[in-house]
Amino acid sequence: MSYDAPIEELGETHLLPEGTTRNEITETIAGVTENPAPRGWWLLFLLSVSVLGVMGAALAYLFIQGVGVWGNNAPVYWAWDITNFVWWIGIGHAGTLISAILFLFRQKWRTSINRFAEAMTVFAVLCAGLFPAIHTGRPWFDYYLFPIPNQMDMWPNFKSPLMWDVFAVSTYLTISVIFWYVGLIPDFATLRDRSKNLTRKRVYGFFALGWRGAHRHWQHYERAYLIFAGISTPLVLSVHSVVSFDFATSVVPGWHTTIFPPYFVAGAVFSGFALVMTLMLICRSIFKLHNIVTIKHLDLMNKFMLGVALLVGYAYAMEFFIAWYSSNPYEQWVFFHNRLGWGQLDSKGNWGPLWWAYYAMVFCNVIVPQIFWFKRARTSVPIMLIASVLINIGMWFERFVIIVTSTYQDFLPSSWGMFHPTLIDILTYLGTFGLFFTLFLLFVRWIPMIAIAEVKGNLPGAHPDLHALEAHDEEPDTGAVPVPAE
Amino acid sequence: MANQTKTPALYLAEYDTPNAIAQAAMKVRDAGYQKWDCHTPYAMHGMDEAMGLKPTRIGIISFIFGMLGVATAVFMMQYTNAFSFNLLNIGSGYPLVVGGKPPGAFPSMVPIMFELGILLCGFATLFGLLHIIKLPMHNHPIFESDRFEAASDDKYFISIEAGDQKFDLDRTKALLEATNPTYLELVEEEVQ
Repeated sequence: MSYDAPIEELGETHLLPEGTTRNEITETIAGVTENPAPRGWWLLFLLSVSVLGVMGAALAYLFIQGVGVWGNNAPVYWAWDITNFVWWIGIGHAGTLISAILFLFRQKWRTSINRFAEAMTVFAVLCAGLFPAIHTGRPWFDYYLFPIPNQMDMWPNFKSPLMWDVFAVSTYLTISVIFWYVGLIPDFATLRDRSKNLTRKRVYGFFALGWRGAHRHWQHYERAYLIFAGISTPLVLSVHSVVSFDFATSVVPGWHTTIFPPYFVAGAVFSGFALVMTLMLICRSIFKLHNIVTIKHLDLMNKFMLGVALLVGYAYAMEFFIAWYSSNPYEQWVFFHNRLGWGQLDSKGNWGPLWWAYYAMVFCNVIVPQIFWFKRARTSVPIMLIASVLINIGMWFERFVIIVTSTYQDFLPSSWGMFHPTLIDILTYLGTFGLFFTLFLLFVRWIPMIAIAEVKGNLPGAHPDLHALEAHDEEPDTGAVPVPAE
Repeated sequence: MANQTKTPALYLAEYDTPNAIAQAAMKVRDAGYQKWDCHTPYAMHGMDEAMGLKPTRIGIISFIFGMLGVATAVFMMQYTNAFSFNLLNIGSGYPLVVGGKPPGAFPSMVPIMFELGILLCGFATLFGLLHIIKLPMHNHPIFESDRFEAASDDKYFISIEAGDQKFDLDRTKALLEATNPTYLELVEEEVQ
């Protein structure tokens, strides 16, 4: 049976247009790094570097003045800093999901977007890691988090979820970088072999490690790749579970919830997929990759997002059910007053002041994605662009809702307070976009943004048909075995 | 240069289609060569069988180091958080009681055991892979061939190295010619 037979039996079409050649794929993808950058790239790059400068200024001011420049204050000690941390790290999760989990499930359509998503993971985790580091207030003491004894010969308390977080996030960053790099080795070799000038050849040659496409190497490489996918899958689930433990192991109403680990993981995947979609649509049109990232790929991603939106919606509903079912007045206060805005205990008879954040979250994360039930919406680029941006906004609100609405009015009414972001809060958050997009734009410019080798392996007729060959073993190979699309 | 002589390093045969190279690989395999290889732009399925390769055992390395990571984590956390003695003068731990939990409470240590296990497993897989496939390698005679640049683009190659016991300039050439390559080259290496 031919390698492609199952696709044909199911009446499915190939992901890439019939007749695409391997050389066309190399030219399209490697060409991005070889041709002069389009004007759009330069505009975006200059903009990103400027925003990165804003982040630098905001951080400098923060370090000089202390965390008082943020709006965090009793009783809301965690606000935008941790919201941003959870949001960024969640975005990273889609990268691992696409590269690892879809690999384990043999979802071949991942090959057109996985490199892209992996890069996004690495950069998003970098942005995420920044926030816990700076929210300590004195980042020069962050080494207290490492497993080394401090000046009193005391070691970190490894039973604390915050320490779990340190290990989870740093392991996640390390493994994501390794996984990304291993996937890049054959593509660096492609760039090396195409290089016209010596500097390029040397730099790409250095990173290609002398790769020569030998099957004796591919054999071990493929298994190593499978192992990376195998360990990244539980890793990605564990990272956001551990992030959720930061909240779930506390006794704060709205945080102390057993549904948090799967709820956080689903939300992470959701926001990450949405950001992959946004970025992919932009890069696809700037670098003209329509043949490699087809509408079919985008359609599949939208179906996936619809599925995760339902999961997230279920988690939102279940939280309310448990708040009601528990009969716990504190829990109910947080959910019905702080989040939905119901209740009259406010002395002026007002709604809970942060109700709009909750409704924004539900609108963006649950209602907007329902449009993907319609094929016309799933295959329309403007609709998916708007929807994916809205989903990202919604997911930021989800973390904001969890963190701030749970803490600003909890057990003791005399300690109730409110949170207002300051300008520095806003600039720090916006600044991380500068960091992310600067790194991302450098990536699309210098590194193959689509896995060249993996896409080639998905072409029709890319793999030999051994059984047919053995039957024809004695005949000379003069086209006796039909090879499609060559 | 004048003081350099060239010696044959390998035969390089080029093919256009996956079926052609698989068929050729089966012939080279059946002829009993050992130091030979197929070069493809992507991982081609079925070539293990066509080349007669044994399954890879890299998973053993990953597993051992993963378990080592778990053991390291258990040791680190128990030593620093649960006991107070000085092993080999590396500094003593301090039994920490937080939230009324026993100092060596095991369930709260599971996340870090898991993460460290994954971390060591990942490093072991990367370095184990590089060790097995003997990369990074500074140079290889196969890169002397200009045609070989297409191996990372769209062509398939078989190389038979001169170091092979059965390598013979005429007989190996005849064998490869019989597989109908689109191009056949004797790649030479400069020896000082």
